[in-house]
Amino acid sequence: MALEITEPRPMGKPIKRKEDARLVRGQGHYLDDIKLPGMLYLALTRSPYAHARIKRIDTTRAKALPGVHLVLTGEDLAKLNLSWMPTLAGDKQMVLATGKVLFQYQEVAAVVAESRALAEDGAQLVEVEYEPLPVVVDPFRALEPGAPVLREDREEASNRIFHWEVGDQAETDAALRNSAVVVKERIRMPRVHPAPLEPCGCIADYNAARAHLTWYVTSQAPHAHRTVLAMVAGLPEHKIHVISPDIGGGFGNKVPVFPGYVAAIVASLSLNRPVKWVEARTENLTSTNFARDYHMEVQLGADRQGRVTALRVTTLADHGAFDAAADPTKFPAGLFSIVTGSYDFPVAYAEVDGVYTNKAPGGVAYRCSFRVTEASFLIERAMNTLALKLQLDPAELRFRNFIPSERFPYRSPLGWTYDSGNYAATLQKALDMLDYPALRREQAERRARGELMGIGISTFTEIVGAGPSNTFDILGIKMFDSCEIRVHPTGKVIARLGTRHQGQGHETTFAQVIAEELGLTTDDVIVEEGDTDTAPYGLGTYASRSTPTAGGAAALAARRVRDKARKIAAHLLEVRDTEVEWDGERFTAAGAPDRAVGMSEVALAAYTNLPAGMEPGLEATYYYDPPNLTFPNGAYVAVVDIDKGTGAVKVRRFVAVDDCGTVINPMVVDGQIHGGLTEGFAIAFMQEIAFDEEGNCLAPNFMDYLVPTAVETPHWETGRTVTPSPHHPIGAKGVGESPNVGSPAAFANAVVDALGHLGVTNIDIPLFPWKVWEVLRQHGVTE
Amino acid sequence: MFPNAFEYVAPASLEEAVQALVRYGDDAKVLAGGQSLLPIMKLRVAAPAVLVDINRIPELAGFREDGQELWVGALTRHATLEWDQDLVPRYPLLGETAGSIADPLVRNRGTIAGSLAHADPAADWGAALLALRGAVTVRGSRGDRRIAIDDLFLDVLTTNLEPDEIITGVHVPRPTGHVAAASLKLERKVGDFAVVGVALHVETGASGAIAQAGIGLAAVGPTSLRAREAETLLVGQQLTPGLIREAADLAAKAADPASDQRGSADYKRDIVRVFVERGLGAVRDRLTGIRAESA
Amino acid sequence: MRIAVTINGKPMSADVEPRTLLAYLIRDEFNLTGTHVGCDTTSCGACTVLMDGTPVKSCTVLAVQADGTEVMTVEGLEHNGQLHPLQQGFWESHGLQCGFCTPGMLMTTYALLQRNPDPSETTIRRAISGNLCRCTGYQNIVTAVQYAAPLVREARTLTTEVGE
Repeated sequence: MALEITEPRPMGKPIKRKEDARLVRGQGHYLDDIKLPGMLYLALTRSPYAHARIKRIDTTRAKALPGVHLVLTGEDLAKLNLSWMPTLAGDKQMVLATGKVLFQYQEVAAVVAESRALAEDGAQLVEVEYEPLPVVVDPFRALEPGAPVLREDREEASNRIFHWEVGDQAETDAALRNSAVVVKERIRMPRVHPAPLEPCGCIADYNAARAHLTWYVTSQAPHAHRTVLAMVAGLPEHKIHVISPDIGGGFGNKVPVFPGYVAAIVASLSLNRPVKWVEARTENLTSTNFARDYHMEVQLGADRQGRVTALRVTTLADHGAFDAAADPTKFPAGLFSIVTGSYDFPVAYAEVDGVYTNKAPGGVAYRCSFRVTEASFLIERAMNTLALKLQLDPAELRFRNFIPSERFPYRSPLGWTYDSGNYAATLQKALDMLDYPALRREQAERRARGELMGIGISTFTEIVGAGPSNTFDILGIKMFDSCEIRVHPTGKVIARLGTRHQGQGHETTFAQVIAEELGLTTDDVIVEEGDTDTAPYGLGTYASRSTPTAGGAAALAARRVRDKARKIAAHLLEVRDTEVEWDGERFTAAGAPDRAVGMSEVALAAYTNLPAGMEPGLEATYYYDPPNLTFPNGAYVAVVDIDKGTGAVKVRRFVAVDDCGTVINPMVVDGQIHGGLTEGFAIAFMQEIAFDEEGNCLAPNFMDYLVPTAVETPHWETGRTVTPSPHHPIGAKGVGESPNVGSPAAFANAVVDALGHLGVTNIDIPLFPWKVWEVLRQHGVTE
Repeated sequence: MFPNAFEYVAPASLEEAVQALVRYGDDAKVLAGGQSLLPIMKLRVAAPAVLVDINRIPELAGFREDGQELWVGALTRHATLEWDQDLVPRYPLLGETAGSIADPLVRNRGTIAGSLAHADPAADWGAALLALRGAVTVRGSRGDRRIAIDDLFLDVLTTNLEPDEIITGVHVPRPTGHVAAASLKLERKVGDFAVVGVALHVETGASGAIAQAGIGLAAVGPTSLRAREAETLLVGQQLTPGLIREAADLAAKAADPASDQRGSADYKRDIVRVFVERGLGAVRDRLTGIRAESA
Repeated sequence: MRIAVTINGKPMSADVEPRTLLAYLIRDEFNLTGTHVGCDTTSCGACTVLMDGTPVKSCTVLAVQADGTEVMTVEGLEHNGQLHPLQQGFWESHGLQCGFCTPGMLMTTYALLQRNPDPSETTIRRAISGNLCRCTGYQNIVTAVQYAAPLVREARTLTTEVGE
């Protein structure tokens, strides 16, 4: 069970979460819980067509509805130069449509009214006349000559957004030609959605007298949002106060700025009243971003012993109508170049082409450090195909190709310097937890009886913690993060960070880090995030960056505090600075451990009894610019049984051994793993935002976009190896995304493994029962 | 999301409810459990001008056995049929069916009659009541009438109820011999509509031969379907593996599914075969168990 | 329409439109914001409350239908400053992360333990299958309910003894 928050030396211990005191009482304070005096509500009119010319918009009936205060269209916004807004990816996106609509459910008009119901009534009364245009759903078709050019606002008469490549193409091709074995596979990672349980929303509260905007918003990156807003809306940045209250899950969904936000701000500016917009689930799934949607083609070369020789990847990335990807600016395909994974490839080449289609814009890094999930899925699936081709055990194939532990720091052929890892030990631990040889024997016996059992392995390496400022920025802003610590006279601490947690437990884990550094308990430290007027500037929480960046800042800010405290301690102990020792809880006089002072005595002295000439107070701020990214990794093994009558797959066991470096709170880490595995399970087996030929979204709500319940979710078995990051202040690497990045391939590999003897190497996810059944039928093995 | 504005009436008697339906005609919808109606109203797919809430009509509540049949009041929630200790052992298909509908919270509110009146071909009760040879009684301005379950469903979301008629109760014949049942559903997750559903109800006579066989199919046609030829095949027979296979093949032929995101028509038809075979296997095992107990 | 509802033991009343959903009556009129709304298709269960002792999705019940009923929300679980064993269990077992589904989970499992004070893992998983969680993978929620079950049984025995 969990330990109390008063536990001394809290680092690495399963301390009970501080935030739960309010959350288990139903006293969380989420966006929609905020009610301001005089607040109005905004609802959006959305396009029923995926591609259509707007002939006419008539707002007369909507405006005439009693209770409606304002109706906005794209034309109204155009007068303010706000009908388009920039995306984080350097593209632009329509706020409210002008001229034409480019995806079904696109925002066309905004209606502001006394109540949410009235706003929805008004939105229904906005009359829009459309002239349907030819729809482009297939990204391959989008690049064909003669395909309708979707984005008329651009100079380029093409649906191609970008071409990006990395690695040495010529050397890679030569290596493939000279390889004894080359496997090819087309791997699709379908369009999915983060779908946090709390939808996105905001309250814009403009006060004309103060010329000041308070903006409450479900934001994973409040400071970045403040700056973007200042740039877009032309408001002075010091007169924008962004407050991101408790967030009901984010998973990347709450990183971008959405049209509803801008509409609410414009409405509040126009009406001088608070305006709330909270999206419905349907709006969330159909318009506020998506993730993945990568069509990948891989060639993997190896010698006869299975040692990999080269990797070549070609990818088509479907971004929908606007490139609203939330990637660091220099990385249009995110960190996809981690695609060589955990293996020692001599050479590799990857290219990605981004294209426009008539679908919702995106895509976000859904529980993923920018396209790392796509890359991991690809390499782990391709390794599985190679094992099948060579008739080599997939675990053995991996052991033969892992980057050896003594080779770290390891320079990958696509340019990353991996910090640390012990891949073989991590995989071995997972295999031991399962008794892998026994499972393989069982599989053979079952196969002889005609039963279909599969074992799937994924030994992924992530790249997280963006990032070093020489490489990583968003719209020019360097991707450091920050922590400010103030120690009060009685030894109690408030710490503020530039990140914003959404359930990850920062109020506890960062308090543990700081308490450990200062010799306090978690109870002594309050952690506050999400208020741009009080917190130091930071880039926010996504891409598993909080612990690698803000976690580093927290430790280093605390050490700054401790450095000053040491001087005060010397004064109190009446010894020289150099004669003070820190035993983890107290300062002692060297050689006389009974002469000691704790941090609370030092804190009091910082305000009451200072050495001569010292500046009063005890506080520090640290902006941490990490020297490198961190590379969490893990070995996941799934064991599945396939029902030959229905094609349904039952996950019998799932072992996840993670190596996220130093662990701050093992209970929280396990919780992150459980949650991420469940999302990976859903992506592998049941989730896809699909479209029909007319561009109609086929999964616009939770009846068709399937979220697994407790019944189908497997029981997770977790394990751990600890290989600290050598460059991180506490050796931590970040963990929230590993399970979502690493698990889909384990599930897919397990299903393919069950059918490997039939010659099956690939089935596209999501592995709906019917899809598996069709493969069984092709091979004549149905019940 | 909020429904469009509507007028709400909550009559205290069936009489008043029917009067309200007569008054408002097609503008009115009956609100029972609301677990299908309210979501489509929130999505503004449906926008009735008037809701007639029948939840405050005492005569629609409860269930009782009289004469040769069980009467289940229209307001009986799925959860009641799932958990009732008296009912479930004697009407196993009611319990099994109820326990697999939607999710436990929806089952606390949703009603058997509301589900039948909604006439979703993927819903569970239609198939179950076909297997049980049930019927409904409806009350309208022209009085009561009884509709055999085979005559209730006309098409997708369409019944032969008149706009002024309300289902007041569901009738299920009392089993005579030993009873065993099975309800099989392929759903992609709990709460999903059935990809395919099969409801089986078998009664045996003193000889152990099948006296009554019911096979209902869900989500494989425009309405819930009965696998008539398979039922006929079973009557008078002992459940042998060969017979079960034959019945399963016949049941699959009775299915008339459409290809969609949940699978091809071929797939769904084959699932019917697999489920009928598995279900009848389970029924045979249960009957063997029951006979052993009573011997 | 004027309606009267007993919420967490307190009689309350409000004027509502017929289309007002119970969830919004609780949140907007009675300012009990622990009851959350996470979807529009009766799928997620974040809005679960007890109505006359039965857990229901309050986004799929009209406020007018709750007239005359007793409603219990997450705010009614704590008694005399003492957290309910389920609240303790969720806290101890890390049965929550973002906390958005938690009130609904608590109400559903509260009703479960009323009916079945010693549920198996399978029973718990089935019971919460109308409540979606995107963070925990449910495993620690199961543990949380298992933590609470004996405490609830004990409390019940004590109450019975006192009652006798």
